[in-house]
Amino acid sequence: MQSAPDRAREILASSTFRLALLYAFLMGGSVLILLGFIYWSTAVYMTRQTDATIEAEIKGLAEQYRRSGLTGLTTLVAERSAHSPRGASVYLLADADYRPVVGNIEAWPGVEPDREGWIDFRLREAVDADADRDEEHAARAKVFRLQGGLRLLVGRDVRDLTAIRTLIREALGWGLAFTVALALVGGWLMSAGIKRRIESVNQVGREIMEGDLSRRVPTDGSGDEFDQLAVNLNRMLARIEMLMASVRQVSDNIAHDLRTPLSRLHTKLSQLRDVDLGAEAAAGVDEAIADAEELLAAFNALLRIARVESGSRRAAFADLDPVVLLHDVAELYEPLAADKGQQLAVSPSQPDAGAGGLRIHGDRDLLFQALANLLDNAIKYTPAGGRIHVSVAAHNGQVVLRVSDSGPGIPPELHGKVVQRFYRVDASRSEPGHGLGLSLVQAVAQLHGAELRLADAAPGLEVTLRLRAAAPAGNGHPRRE
Amino acid sequence: MRVLIIEDDAQLGAYLSKALREVGATVDHAADGREGLLLAAANDYDVLVVDRMLPSLDGLAVLRTLRASENNTPVLILSALGEVDDRVEGLRAGGDDYLVKPFAFSELHARIEALMRRAVPEDQPQTHFKVGDLELDLLTREVTRGGKKIPLQPREFRLLEYLMRHAGQVVTRTMLLEHVWDYHFDPQTNVIDVHISRLRGKIDRDFEQPLVHTVRGAGYVLREP
Repeated sequence: MQSAPDRAREILASSTFRLALLYAFLMGGSVLILLGFIYWSTAVYMTRQTDATIEAEIKGLAEQYRRSGLTGLTTLVAERSAHSPRGASVYLLADADYRPVVGNIEAWPGVEPDREGWIDFRLREAVDADADRDEEHAARAKVFRLQGGLRLLVGRDVRDLTAIRTLIREALGWGLAFTVALALVGGWLMSAGIKRRIESVNQVGREIMEGDLSRRVPTDGSGDEFDQLAVNLNRMLARIEMLMASVRQVSDNIAHDLRTPLSRLHTKLSQLRDVDLGAEAAAGVDEAIADAEELLAAFNALLRIARVESGSRRAAFADLDPVVLLHDVAELYEPLAADKGQQLAVSPSQPDAGAGGLRIHGDRDLLFQALANLLDNAIKYTPAGGRIHVSVAAHNGQVVLRVSDSGPGIPPELHGKVVQRFYRVDASRSEPGHGLGLSLVQAVAQLHGAELRLADAAPGLEVTLRLRAAAPAGNGHPRRE
Repeated sequence: MRVLIIEDDAQLGAYLSKALREVGATVDHAADGREGLLLAAANDYDVLVVDRMLPSLDGLAVLRTLRASENNTPVLILSALGEVDDRVEGLRAGGDDYLVKPFAFSELHARIEALMRRAVPEDQPQTHFKVGDLELDLLTREVTRGGKKIPLQPREFRLLEYLMRHAGQVVTRTMLLEHVWDYHFDPQTNVIDVHISRLRGKIDRDFEQPLVHTVRGAGYVLREP
């Protein structure tokens, strides 16, 4: 099972989620512009309306002043102030020293007017008669200088306007937050949905790469893009499978056609060997037999690799205990190592250490072959008296099989090459072999979805084979045959 | 010993017939599946050697038909395929042993001998084996030679047991790998030889007469001197 952080990281990395994020960004932007426009066309428009009213009133008062002088103005201001003692309109006529003459506010606001004479100030107002509790309102006013140093201030209480503005700003903020949140959640859900469908394709792809070519992408028959993709992939897979089957048919035929004459050659030479030949002829025939055997061995190994790579051997997969397998290999090769004076160590040291419950799913004979090839190489290339260590351990849900030796090792730059067919580090080819051992190990690793890694054991070579661990023992299948 | 060879390769068929006659067998040779099936059904053979890929009727089809008509003659399948799933398929179809081409005649001969031995039913499972003065008891897991107890490792015991079960017959290295180690694989080195030499060190070294003999180009045989 996937852990939650892993899942989250996977979704964040998915292209669908990034797309959803981009949409969230664009949608947020659109909402921002839309709300901005609403804000501008209401709040700003209302402010302008207020300003226009104030200016009109000032114009009217100034006209009154020009016509009927200070007395007329004072009367009018007093009259209007009386109409709204602490209402929506603010009036104040002050002398040159800002001392109030008449009006409905007590003092001249302590704020400097801007160039056009506008003042934004706080209007203090007693809520109740006892005046203990004051309330401050936002107010906007314009100052008009009259002849004789008099100043006239006409304004409006703009608390409603401010409230609307705040409301709109808040609505804008929330709207934006909701949009982004919805887009994120929607994007998450959408990407999870798409990811699930793509993942089903990916899963099949992985299984096919591991060699199970019979797998097909599930289709739901809906005929949508994903379904069409699945149908097309399945058609392609069917075609590939058919082609591979025919390649296998050809290689089987080659095997049949070429190995038979080769085996006849071998048989005839063996027969000849039974005839009483001279010592010299017998030696020649022995050499020819050895050559034929080498040729056959290389040919067989090559065919075996091809067969393993084709993945057809997954049919023989079963659950098995890697500890037992490793001990069987080590036990088979131990006398060989002992003959060379090498120490062969196996860990865990007891084959029944299966108490750890290590299980792998694979082809018993092929895994044995792979380990045998690795151990054979180790014994072959490690000098007399050297050390060889084979081990199996669980690590991060994987089963790690390791063969290390104290031999000369392989230069790191050649690690990739030695798994190639017929490649041999030993250019002089003084040791017997056909350079196919590690290629076969690689093919077996690939068939099992395992990772083959060569490393420097300083000194010597360390080869690790990492396989997926299977479910613990108990539901294992019995050995085939 | 009557042997029927069903093999489409005329040269190989002729060679096998000749070689088997040389070791004292009566041999019939069929070149295709249909002819082979007719011969096998009409005659009483000790062993059938059947190639998998045959014209007119596939080797496995021949085998299935024979088994369906309750013909239980031991069958050795020959094949150029030699992969485990093919082997499993062959054995499931009713084959008793499976040999991959190319093979040495000695390998075929050893396996035919082993099949014939297997075909003789035992009244009860044998638990005690004796070759010369060498004795092996499956119940007590004891090995003695000339009355002297010889301690053996479990695998050495199984190796000796297999050799003693087939005393007097040649057993090949592949047969030992398949039956004593129970793995079908291709050792790059002759690891079996080392195990045999260890076994020899225990059961032959201190005695005058060696019991384990090497058969050149074939394998080993355990027999009385």
